[in-house]
Amino acid sequence: MIEGILIGLTTALTFQNILMVMVGCFFGTIIGMLPGLGPMTAIALMIPITYGFDPATGLILMAGVYYGAVFGGSTSSILLNAPGVPGTVATSFDGYPMAQQGKAGKALAIAAWSSFAGGTLSAIYLLFMAPSLSKVSLSFRSPDYFALMILGLTAIAAFSSKGQFLKAMMMVVLGLMLASVGQDSLSDITRFTFNNMNLTDGISFVLVVMATFAMSEALTIILKRNDPTSAAKQVSLTELGSIKINKEERTKMYKTIPRSSVIGFLIGVLPGAGATIASFLAYGMERNVVSDEEKEKFGKGSVNGLSAPETANNAACSGSFVPMLTLGIPGSGTTAVMLGALLGFGVQPGPRLYMTNPEIFWSIIMSMYIGMVILLILNLPLIPYIARILAVPKNYLIPLILFFSVTGIYVMSFNNFDIYLMIGIAVVATFLRLYDFPMPPLILAFVLGGLMEENLRRSLLLSNGSWEFLWDRTLTACILTTTILIVVWHIYKTFKRKN
Amino acid sequence: MNINTTKIISLLFFIFSAFYLYTAYQIQVFAFDENAPFNARTFPIYLGYAGLFFSGLKLILPDPNTIKVEHKSLEYKKTGILILIAIIYGATILKVGYFLTTSLFLFASYYFLGERRWILMFLLSFPFVAAFMYLLHGILDIYLRDPFLQSIGVMG
Repeated sequence: MIEGILIGLTTALTFQNILMVMVGCFFGTIIGMLPGLGPMTAIALMIPITYGFDPATGLILMAGVYYGAVFGGSTSSILLNAPGVPGTVATSFDGYPMAQQGKAGKALAIAAWSSFAGGTLSAIYLLFMAPSLSKVSLSFRSPDYFALMILGLTAIAAFSSKGQFLKAMMMVVLGLMLASVGQDSLSDITRFTFNNMNLTDGISFVLVVMATFAMSEALTIILKRNDPTSAAKQVSLTELGSIKINKEERTKMYKTIPRSSVIGFLIGVLPGAGATIASFLAYGMERNVVSDEEKEKFGKGSVNGLSAPETANNAACSGSFVPMLTLGIPGSGTTAVMLGALLGFGVQPGPRLYMTNPEIFWSIIMSMYIGMVILLILNLPLIPYIARILAVPKNYLIPLILFFSVTGIYVMSFNNFDIYLMIGIAVVATFLRLYDFPMPPLILAFVLGGLMEENLRRSLLLSNGSWEFLWDRTLTACILTTTILIVVWHIYKTFKRKN
Repeated sequence: MNINTTKIISLLFFIFSAFYLYTAYQIQVFAFDENAPFNARTFPIYLGYAGLFFSGLKLILPDPNTIKVEHKSLEYKKTGILILIAIIYGATILKVGYFLTTSLFLFASYYFLGERRWILMFLLSFPFVAAFMYLLHGILDIYLRDPFLQSIGVMG
């Protein structure tokens, strides 16, 4: 492991890669601060840029964007009570009241240090857990992988949108259907191409991500007359106050951070759960364990109440890398985008990644930590200025997002058809968004579609067409039972609500 | 049964899944693969049934979280224009080239979204695209096809 860490450090600490983490953190922070535009959009917009780099550098850039976007979301939660991403909603509960009391600088500092500590601890957990899990996952067989993918898709549908399980499952199926377009991987038989040569190689992952996130988010902003930058214009440089944290506040943070980081990391590892649930759980747990006197301060500017969700959401981000790196199965929409980008680089994440491409495996883990350090050094003093950059009017922001989306497809295929297809999917996605159909399940399903079919193929061929493989192995049966319980529970809840 | 737009979308998805399933059954497989436990049409067939199942459930089951969209408050005109400009951009980018079409796309988009600060609009279109092209093509070595710049000898 020490050798791996050194490989990772050697790769991550090159001038180019440090520069990429800095650029990623900066860009991610800006996008993350804009309400409605989250890490997935930020990463999607970065994909064309990563084409010019090797896989390790590309991934490092995207990891920087991811952490930057999460931190940016916290900033807008604290300063504006407008969370940039769902994972930072709980941050606003105590962060915004603190800002209203004239302690915005202190709230930002607590958030930054908590994020840093949560990220550091979770990077350590990841450091020890990922190689061990990789070894364990070598014993996984095709039926287990197939069952795990179904569980991952069901879980993301269950958690992605409250009370909209069936809509999310429809999006999962749609994602899998889109992934099935093109040549069958084994027989080369074309499917659903309707004799259109442009569809023979299937629909590009970048195209689907750009269409369903970057482009459709831009169109939704125009359609709903939202202005994500208007809130940023309210930020005044003089209102922030001191960023110093006193001894009493530090003592409170020392207790909160370790427990919240464990919760955050474990929730992050679970497929589909992610930063939002982690931050809410950590907030709830913290409220239950603190003294009655401190409990009274929750919702009014509590240090514990701010530190807990901030620690947990960053820890969950690191945790969500575990299933992606060790099993090759992303646990969240954001890691699904990263997996798609990795596949585009020709790198197949999974248990063998750290044997075949140790520099990628370890440099991702190391770059996460470097990303945290850079976020702390760069963003804390620069936040007020970054907030000012956000005052760019949406009249400029929206065309620029569309421009990045089209450029991403253009440099990839040099094909008009792909651009039309992207616009078409974006229009449909915009319409679906209006009616609360979630997009992350679609992306995760699209990324997993090929792998899922491959594992089902192997399982069915090995069992000679019998579906007994679903309960032959205890592990497969346990995973599938969990999946069935989630589905039945959500359908039951729908009935119950009606009654 | 209360018919709302979500139900209509579910119905459309149900019809789409039925069409997908029909097309999945039409996939031509090799003769020796016809009765194999798994062939090119197996997975799509399951997907078609899954689509019918979930959209069917959405149609039948009550919808406790009905989403109401105020269509009058939506900005259809600007969105439509923006989509149209993007389509024109997509249609001309290969023939005319990246620099000119992208710059014009940005300029036109700023204009139709209500911007009238001409100097800023210009700076954030032509020079901005030139700088971005330099980043992609010159520094990152990502190929950008541009017949217009090639014809005037700016690009090799």
